[in-house]
Amino acid sequence: MSKLGLWGLKKSPWVYHVAAASCNNCDIEILELLTPRYDVERFGIVLVGSPRHADALLVTGVLNRKSLPRVMEVYEQAAKPCLVIGIGTCTCNNHIFMHSYNAMGPYDKYLPMHAYIPGCPPKPEAMILGVVKALSKL
Amino acid sequence: MSGLWNGWGLAFRFLVFPGFLFSVVVGLVLTWVDRFVSARVQWRKGPPFYQPFADLAKLLLKQTIVPKGAAASVFLLAPLLGFAAMCITSVLLFYVNFHLQGSFVGDLIVLVYLFALPPLGLILGASASRNPLAAVGASREMTLYFGYELPFLLALVVPIVKSGGAIRLGDIIAAQQVSGPFLYSVSGVIAGLIVLVTIQAKLGNVPFDMAEAEQEIMSGVYCEYSGAALAIFRLTRAMMFFLLPLFLVTVLWGGLADWWAIPKALAIVVLLILMRNTNPRLRVDQALRFFWFFLGSFGIIAVILAFLRL
Repeated sequence: MSKLGLWGLKKSPWVYHVAAASCNNCDIEILELLTPRYDVERFGIVLVGSPRHADALLVTGVLNRKSLPRVMEVYEQAAKPCLVIGIGTCTCNNHIFMHSYNAMGPYDKYLPMHAYIPGCPPKPEAMILGVVKALSKL
Repeated sequence: MSGLWNGWGLAFRFLVFPGFLFSVVVGLVLTWVDRFVSARVQWRKGPPFYQPFADLAKLLLKQTIVPKGAAASVFLLAPLLGFAAMCITSVLLFYVNFHLQGSFVGDLIVLVYLFALPPLGLILGASASRNPLAAVGASREMTLYFGYELPFLLALVVPIVKSGGAIRLGDIIAAQQVSGPFLYSVSGVIAGLIVLVTIQAKLGNVPFDMAEAEQEIMSGVYCEYSGAALAIFRLTRAMMFFLLPLFLVTVLWGGLADWWAIPKALAIVVLLILMRNTNPRLRVDQALRFFWFFLGSFGIIAVILAFLRL
């Protein structure tokens, strides 16, 4: 991608929220991140309704046999370049579902992950830090 | 009509000054004003002023996906329909306002048709994308279009009646220069309010954004668009956000050939933003009922008052 496009991507990452199989707690924290209290629109971050518009997918929850094809499909539908950011410890190492028969994680076996944000759930500040680190590596 | 109106001069007018580049830049800055004022209403800081330009640079350089099974040519050409219409509109609006004699018979009607092209492009593109959610959005956009066009046309009858039956924009502006803007009368106020609400619906802003409801139908009409095609839709919308207030100022508030036109247009933009921030989304049947029965009857009252010279 050209320099201008990279600048644009860094200044306006539009996020799409993919709840793979989460317990809803990471989702609530993402929603809190998007409230006026943290005001991520300062950095150009907007929640979009369709994966076609997304520059970053925020995936939450443990990856299992049922949700893997769905998450892959959403990733294929997103216009590239598209970051994938795993939110919550479940995305890193299956967390408490580690010995479960249908846990398929971690995500980087299947998707090009750009950042993992551990925590159960991670704080909104941690998410901002993780996204900034993912963007600064581009 | 000579000199600048042929060859390079015409190209310059369409591409740079009153046309494409100027209205795009001003429209994008107004989009930033929109997001900034919304942020202040919600008690937060808001994005920097270059935010719409960053969004655009990113979208133009991203991948453009044509969905499998979609009619690719219609899908990719539909954004350009409204975009081209808005370029012509900007040239026409500025030319008529600054050269009253250059106006031709029926250019008011031409402008009404040109403002109908962006929703048409949206409906065509969404229908060509072979996505059920986009089809729902397209049907809502169509219903909404039929809804707001009736009060819009009724409100535009008011300046025609008050200027003595002129359908040339030049005559309407000239009549306002003689007798004061039409807005400063009872029928003018009613027509102005109707046009203000209609502008909101034409822009697809919040009380009337059921065609692109992100939360329920995944951005609806824009659902399958990505990259450059989406960028062109956003450009069209930015140009409309600039041109529709100017159109209202032209037909009802005294024309643009005056420095006062700038604060007038800005006041209309701020009213639109505040309307957007203080209203929840309507259902499409509620919007249709609101436009036809509520605003439509007010439009008829305004026309009758205009005939009575009120």
